[in-house]
Amino acid sequence: MQFWIIQGLNSLSLGGLLFLLSSGFSLIFGLMRLANLTHGAFFMLGTYFGATALRSWSGLNIWVTALGAGIAVAIIGGLFERLVLTRLKTNPLGQVLVTLGMSFIISDACLMLWGGDSIPVPTPRNLQAPTRVFGFVFPTYRLVLVACAIVAAIVLYFLIERTRVGAMIRAGVDDRQMARAVGIPVSRLFTLVFCLGAGIAGAGGVLGGPILSAYPGLDADMLPLALIVVILGGIGSLLGAFIGSFIIGFVYTFGTALFPELAYIILFLPMIFVIAFRPQGLFGRVGA
Amino acid sequence: MKWIAATLLAVLFLFPPFVAGDFYVNLASQILIAAIFALSLNLLVGFGGMTSLGHASYLGVAAYVSALLTSRYGFGHGMAAIIAIAGTIAMAAFFGVIALRATGLGFLMITLALSQVLWGLAYRLSNVTNGDNGIAGLNRPAPFGISLDTPTAFYWFTLIVATFAFLTMAVFVSSSFGSSLKGVRDQPRRMAALGFNPWMIRWITFIYAGFWGGVSGLLYVYYNKYIHPTSLSTTSSAEALLGVIAGGSGTLGGPVVGAALVLLLKNYASAYVERWNMLLGLVFLFIVLMMPAGIVPGLARLAAGLRRRSR
Repeated sequence: MQFWIIQGLNSLSLGGLLFLLSSGFSLIFGLMRLANLTHGAFFMLGTYFGATALRSWSGLNIWVTALGAGIAVAIIGGLFERLVLTRLKTNPLGQVLVTLGMSFIISDACLMLWGGDSIPVPTPRNLQAPTRVFGFVFPTYRLVLVACAIVAAIVLYFLIERTRVGAMIRAGVDDRQMARAVGIPVSRLFTLVFCLGAGIAGAGGVLGGPILSAYPGLDADMLPLALIVVILGGIGSLLGAFIGSFIIGFVYTFGTALFPELAYIILFLPMIFVIAFRPQGLFGRVGA
Repeated sequence: MKWIAATLLAVLFLFPPFVAGDFYVNLASQILIAAIFALSLNLLVGFGGMTSLGHASYLGVAAYVSALLTSRYGFGHGMAAIIAIAGTIAMAAFFGVIALRATGLGFLMITLALSQVLWGLAYRLSNVTNGDNGIAGLNRPAPFGISLDTPTAFYWFTLIVATFAFLTMAVFVSSSFGSSLKGVRDQPRRMAALGFNPWMIRWITFIYAGFWGGVSGLLYVYYNKYIHPTSLSTTSSAEALLGVIAGGSGTLGGPVVGAALVLLLKNYASAYVERWNMLLGLVFLFIVLMMPAGIVPGLARLAAGLRRRSR
């Protein structure tokens, strides 16, 4: 029983992390029609920033670090979008290829700067004590992580559904040319959404640090999970990213715990199933 | 003009064993293997309009199957090659059914996800694939009793296979099936209205590209006598895609030139700098931003411009 509950919690916390990663990916894809293959690298960059900051200043709060790293990664993402991606507006394939090139550059730069050994990220001291619920012992940090993802989901939902900027983004997702015609600055929205997505991924990287620790190849481990989440949940759908993240969180965690060598095969079973019966994903709109 | 270029290229490929040392002959063999791989990817990217980021799957799986069968289960090379190719074709057929549910970026993401799954499997399934250590101590086949252990012998073998691959793929794209493939790339709905089955045309091409990917994988493992999970990685797929795009997708000569450039760059760069991945990323940015059509179409346009001026 203890095994199932602990693995269940691990699944939830992985699902939370995946949501922080894939929500940005999905938003960027929805608005810009761009598969941002740098997203895993943004996540990893956040983890490395967080690891460095938290290990250098022992009194630093993880929330402040996440915010700072998120902003730093958002700035890097924004520069990349402004300087490179906007030049390739008419060339969607070229855009994907430069994001791939950028991911190689970032991951190699991380290897150069931080070396090949994995760097553990300390768990915040006030969250190290385990929590007891119904006689079961839970690691507190993982519970907090799930709460973070839920808060992020609610904030994003209100941002997209209830604010003026969100309405503009939705208009851009539905019909980019029409949105331009009624005076919405779509190009500026692109930059905003790209920064937002990169920033969430960077902050998620910091928060995931205590569980995953920073190591070379983290990007290559996280990107396929994000891709599978988005394919599963439906491209451009926030709800799809949320549900998909937790499904993949469960499948991957239990797969790794029960059949460690076949976890990757099990991972892609739900994807095949969804693609076979609903190619647009669980919550994707037709033709998105 | 085209024929002059083709003759030049043929002479260039017949040259190395007679004048160059072992190092360059081996380099030429590697170029030929990379060229077959890039040509097979080009069938999808250039002629089919299906940009795959998971083509290393076919190279890697064929190489792994052959390596495992010959080293662990005592199969002969002939039988192992047949099983490896058959397995690769079956996998391409299955992956094709999944990936071709989507087009465009969806297709790209699914092929990437599938290949990452195989890459992860090669790392984690260590009691079969030997994980990060790879499978070492393999040997080369000896077709008709001729040993391929010297660089020159292996080069001739590779050249024969590569020539055959190039000609068959050239026939494939200029056949009526190739024309319908280009039709489906440009105007899928009109082709469907004309009574063609776009899905089936794409699927057959996908399998055919997987087949040649598998052949290049066999040559790859024969050449290296070693196989490691990196051969299945995104970097490996991306190198081939860069070769196709840098050389010029949708042309026959382009991928050969592009693959040769990427390989030479990798070889020479790794002698001076340690950071191949970063260089690969920078070259990607440069090629896409500066010459999106690729080198071969760029040169062809230049040649056409010169001819017009001289007239």
